[in-house]
Amino acid sequence: MQMPPPDPAILSRKDQIVQGLRAILPADAVIDDPVETRAYECDALSAYRCAPLAVILPRSTAEVSAALRFCHDQRVPVVPRGAGTSLAGGSMPTADSVVLGIARMNRVLEVDYADRFIRVEAGRTNLSVSGAVEGAGFFYAPDPSSQLACAISGNIAMNSGGAHCLKYGVTTNNLLGVTLVQMDGTVVTLGGPFMDASGLDLLGVVCGSEGQLGVVTEATLRILPKPEGARPVLIAFGANEVAGACVADIIRAGILPVAIEFMDRPCIRATEAFAHAGYPDCEALLIVEVEGSPPEIDEQIALIRQIAARHSPIEFREAQTEDEARRIWLGRKAAFGAMGQINDYMCLDGTIPVSTLPEVLRRIGDLSREAGLEVANVFHAGDGNMHPLILYNANTPGDLERCEKLGADILKLCVEVGGCLTGEHGVGVEKRDLMRVQFRAADLEAQMRVKDVFDPHWLLNPAKVFPLDDSAARRAP
Amino acid sequence: MTHAPETEADLAQLIRGIPGPVAVRGGSTRAGPADGPAIRTAGLSGVVLYEPAALTLVVRAGTPLSVVETVLAAEGQRLPFEPGDWRAVLGTEGTGTIGGVVAENASGPRRVQAGACRDSLIGVRFVDGGGEVVSNGGRVMKNVTGYDLVKLMAGSRGRLGVLTELSFKVQPAVPRQATIRVDVPVGAAPAVLAAALGSPFDVTGAAWVAGQGALIRVEGLAGSVDYRAGQLRDRLSAFGEARVEEDGAIWAGVRAVAPLAGLPGDLWRFHLRPSQAGAVAARLGGAVMLDWGGGCLWARVPRGVDARAIATPFDGHARRMTGTGLAPADQPEPEAVARITDGLRAAFDPRGIFAGDADADVLYP
Repeated sequence: MQMPPPDPAILSRKDQIVQGLRAILPADAVIDDPVETRAYECDALSAYRCAPLAVILPRSTAEVSAALRFCHDQRVPVVPRGAGTSLAGGSMPTADSVVLGIARMNRVLEVDYADRFIRVEAGRTNLSVSGAVEGAGFFYAPDPSSQLACAISGNIAMNSGGAHCLKYGVTTNNLLGVTLVQMDGTVVTLGGPFMDASGLDLLGVVCGSEGQLGVVTEATLRILPKPEGARPVLIAFGANEVAGACVADIIRAGILPVAIEFMDRPCIRATEAFAHAGYPDCEALLIVEVEGSPPEIDEQIALIRQIAARHSPIEFREAQTEDEARRIWLGRKAAFGAMGQINDYMCLDGTIPVSTLPEVLRRIGDLSREAGLEVANVFHAGDGNMHPLILYNANTPGDLERCEKLGADILKLCVEVGGCLTGEHGVGVEKRDLMRVQFRAADLEAQMRVKDVFDPHWLLNPAKVFPLDDSAARRAP
Repeated sequence: MTHAPETEADLAQLIRGIPGPVAVRGGSTRAGPADGPAIRTAGLSGVVLYEPAALTLVVRAGTPLSVVETVLAAEGQRLPFEPGDWRAVLGTEGTGTIGGVVAENASGPRRVQAGACRDSLIGVRFVDGGGEVVSNGGRVMKNVTGYDLVKLMAGSRGRLGVLTELSFKVQPAVPRQATIRVDVPVGAAPAVLAAALGSPFDVTGAAWVAGQGALIRVEGLAGSVDYRAGQLRDRLSAFGEARVEEDGAIWAGVRAVAPLAGLPGDLWRFHLRPSQAGAVAARLGGAVMLDWGGGCLWARVPRGVDARAIATPFDGHARRMTGTGLAPADQPEPEAVARITDGLRAAFDPRGIFAGDADADVLYP
């Protein structure tokens, strides 16, 4: 992975730029000490690091606007940062950029249960949005696995999903409005506590634009009443194909579970060794969760049991108590941690058409053997969002490179069968150079034209998402 | 001169060679027939891919909506957003196309629970004003690869390009539905609908119709529907007489805005903060219908009257769907937003060939 070389003219003006930022922001909102800026040198894609020129931590939309206007006028690139949990390098800085961290803007501004929305400052963490409304029986639906730490601003930038999006959708389906600050400091309000745009759906294109169109400082989010209850079942199979067929039949039957999670043998084995969830010894297992009142749950699970029986499962385990439900989820929730215990790993998130699941798992197995690296699969089966974990050893020379090549091959496979490079993590720097696998030149050009409109000088998070060659002419000073 | 290209490539070539403004027509159910040069999308028709087990449908934009719905129904599935069918209330005819539904982001009663048309749309192909074919999104329901032009195209009403192919996430049809009817006047309706939508009973329709009262729909497996309908009836009887019915035709009427069809006056549609619907209805004074829990308000007002001005203040936007008043049909945008809109339109339609027709004030009588 390459980043463009930093602009020496900007580096040489560092003192002047920092002074300019100090003049418009409170003293504690500007960081330029190299010891302190190192804390911002990477996000959760920690393989790539680069300390920024400076970091700013504004406390209001007005401060964000003033700082962006200044950077715009100085032609200094800005890298927006939520909580720094991006798995794709979405908030990784360059040496000539100012990191704009939104974490200090985390207040709840308005809650309305009758109109079912909450308005927050965008630095607020995902889980604490639900936390602010759970007392009244409501929740915010998108639940990325980093929800304890990740910020709403980052969720909006990456259009984050989660385990329950089969029923509730991803961020874009739960976002009603934003306050967006453009690179030149212009503040615009898009959407609000009502449904759908009157003109072009600008909110829709801002969501998922990876911090390249503007900085979101406030968000109006749809909240939903919590279901009366939820219950998981665990179904074990002797072959991936059979588990895949069972998923298809559940969906065909008209049941819409909130989650259908799939784990393959390497993943089951690793999590068993780590979390001791008591999973059966099998090739593939499904965790299917349904919601409702107890009789409604019984009705749905009876149907699922009937369908599963047609596929001769090794075991069908229904949680009878809270503790059993917890144990069913235990291994799944521990999967990533378990992998981290035994190995370094790279987590991909390509999406595939559900119908191609058996074929894709088989071919990932082939690729894995060819590369000599083990791959464990855990994923959201209902929507085809894979999470292959490639295990490697960072201390073995050449292993990271082999791992990255295998990752690219798996993502190309996802595109080849009709899917996409990333289902919920985003492109960032990680998948930037694979974009041409999925898109033709005209498709990328259309997207870049959108950035031209919002950020004509390409100063916001500029060297991300699009292959460097494709964006070069636009990024040139 | 009306063109009816039969392939995307032909359409692209046609647009590259077109000298000036052109009108684009699906089934002409919203705008009437065009006077000048026009492109009809009817030739771009047919199902490209349908995988019921993956809840995925890919279809060409000129395909009649009725064909899409029939194809889905044969597999026990449906479009989640229950597309609006406004022919009767607009006083137009024609056979609606799926491309027209997307261009309008036309969503019916289930929008309140399943999201709008734009939320079910997972991929588009279109030809922009320069005659370039653009593809975005795809056929999988979780996809954050690159910018989401799918959302940008939904509801863009032909301003950015001509849609050629659309991918949808579909959903299973349900074995049972029930409607809880609560006898309240329109002013009291938003509170009833909010109580229903704020309950854990997964309401898929929340409307108010004159003479019928507040209408709340639940759908799903038989036992579950009976349970939730009973719970809602008990809870909502605090607001007025509440009873459970199984008449699905009520919702076909809401979907078509049938209660306002054939009435005199201009037709307006408001998208607003649901709790404000009662006050707005009172200010407007005439015939109204509420959908989406009050978040969508349809109104008849005397011809030429600026309903937007009368309804103010409210959070949201209003559009005049019929008539030719002095007030603009579309909600005016703040300057900063208008700058972005204009920039995007210039980027996708540099010659402005789609501008004239898409911007024409309301075309129906």
